[in-house]
Amino acid sequence: MANSQREQAVAALQTLCIEYRVQIIEMLHKAGSGHPGGSLSAIDLIAALYEHHLRHDPKEPYAAGRDRFVLSKGHGVPALYAVLAHRGYFEKSLLGTLRELGSPLQGHPVTNTAPGIEACTGSLGQGLSIAHGMALAAQLDRRDYLTFCLMGDGEIQEGQVWEAAMSAPKFKLDNLVAIVDYNKGQIDGPVSEVMPIEPLGDKWRAFGWLVKQIDGHDHNAILDAYEWAKKRERAPKLIIADTVKGKGVSFMEHPTKWHGAAPNAEQTAQAIAEIRGGKAS
Amino acid sequence: MSTTATPAKPKASRLAFGEKLAELGATDNNIVVLDADLAKSTMSDLFAKKFPERFFEMGIAEQNLVGVAAGLALSGKTAFCCSFACFVAGRFETIKISVAYSGANVKVVGTHAGVGIGPDGYSQMGLEDLALMRTLPTMEVFQPSDEIETRAVVEYMAKSKAPGYLRLTRQNLKPMHDANYTFVPGKLDVLREGKDVAIFATGGATQNAFDAVALLSAAGIDAAVVNVPSIKPMDREGVHAWAKKVPLIVSVEDHNVLGGMGGAVAEVLAEVGGARLHRHGIHDVFGESGSPEALYKKFKLDPEGIAEVVKQALGK
Repeated sequence: MANSQREQAVAALQTLCIEYRVQIIEMLHKAGSGHPGGSLSAIDLIAALYEHHLRHDPKEPYAAGRDRFVLSKGHGVPALYAVLAHRGYFEKSLLGTLRELGSPLQGHPVTNTAPGIEACTGSLGQGLSIAHGMALAAQLDRRDYLTFCLMGDGEIQEGQVWEAAMSAPKFKLDNLVAIVDYNKGQIDGPVSEVMPIEPLGDKWRAFGWLVKQIDGHDHNAILDAYEWAKKRERAPKLIIADTVKGKGVSFMEHPTKWHGAAPNAEQTAQAIAEIRGGKAS
Repeated sequence: MSTTATPAKPKASRLAFGEKLAELGATDNNIVVLDADLAKSTMSDLFAKKFPERFFEMGIAEQNLVGVAAGLALSGKTAFCCSFACFVAGRFETIKISVAYSGANVKVVGTHAGVGIGPDGYSQMGLEDLALMRTLPTMEVFQPSDEIETRAVVEYMAKSKAPGYLRLTRQNLKPMHDANYTFVPGKLDVLREGKDVAIFATGGATQNAFDAVALLSAAGIDAAVVNVPSIKPMDREGVHAWAKKVPLIVSVEDHNVLGGMGGAVAEVLAEVGGARLHRHGIHDVFGESGSPEALYKKFKLDPEGIAEVVKQALGK
């Protein structure tokens, strides 16, 4: 991408992510429950993927050759719903039904309810294996689609993640890209205290992955990382994205406080003002 | 309905499964098979030898085995993932979310079911797998009783788009059906009519239930034998019909009596009424080492044991 094009792309993403963040806050406020912290930390990563890299068509959400995105950290699904609505998978008005009885927008991702959802997740640790299976199917069918999988940092404490981490390099799945939303927080405290995961990059490299670490809120760096990830180099790739839990709302930028709490009316107004005014870090 | 007309030799249902799957692989390119370092035991290696590009050795990592199978299935494949019943059903949470809830066309195959595995002991015995698998919405759960039935069930599962669980034996099973047998999911399979008691049997216990008939007959008891290959869907109408026809149903299975085939029959009977039910199997205890024959004798799953249990349940 030429420099001026890239600058435009980054500017557009920044504008888009302001709207996504507002929608996330509004959704969670209306639902009265959900996970703002991990949705706000992941939104820049998901937005850039769908705007620029994922080959997909909302009109044919199950086309055989589409790129796949598996949101393994299923609690971050408000971020994905905002992106899917914007991309045309369903009406934006549906966002207001998040977590309501009968809504296709379930509290965690569910296949065959909202279009664009590739797998049921939310029980942590399972998405990478599913993405691995999708990548294996592409290899078997000689299709060129890519499979992306976004995991939480706390999530990779799950043993199944490491089973998949060991397995994907065996099959030389260079069509599989894992991303860790490294926001450093989980329900019971900082990840480093609850169950340390460092040295994170070294662990994955030792398992046979190619690893890149970036600032997960820098759209320029995110776009660079996806371009790197798409190169076929006979090994699966991992992007460790350093992020901030609750990013964009000063009082939500905390490792634990806003993991699973919805904002009240006053907090919602303040959060939206901050997001639009860009006051938070 | 059929009886032992064919002169076929006894065969383990795991072997019948492996042979049938290797046959189906030739006509159905969508079938993929995964195993977790037990391919020579589950007999999935028969498929692997013929179709190495569609066989995936996943190592001793059953959660990933199930999850990768789900990913393959969500990409259009019919994925059979195989291990011992105890190991694969033990990955319940992954089967629940990645397979059943995701609507993934995965066939979970658990071999070496029950105490029939023998000397390896309890840690290798799937004795709770039916109870686990049949609680999952959309999951089909089958346990065939001989070679012919196994082949029919595998053929059905390869065509069905629903997630499924297939429970197979290590030990050889005597032929209970002839070549005309048709497997119908959700239907009981009556092997012998009788009016005093109906023995409902499944899997490795079916042949012994059938052989118990002569012993009961000698004691003046006319026993029906009903094979139950379809644990889920359970044949509600069929169970109801038998509950009106006989005063007592005895369920016999190499599985914990809690939640297995007997549990599934009990749930129906509690709602429809009629016959009393006596559940027979592994009575909520752990298994142990021993030869399969010695274990079947100890747990009264051999013909003599089954006849004794039925007589006691009848008060004779």
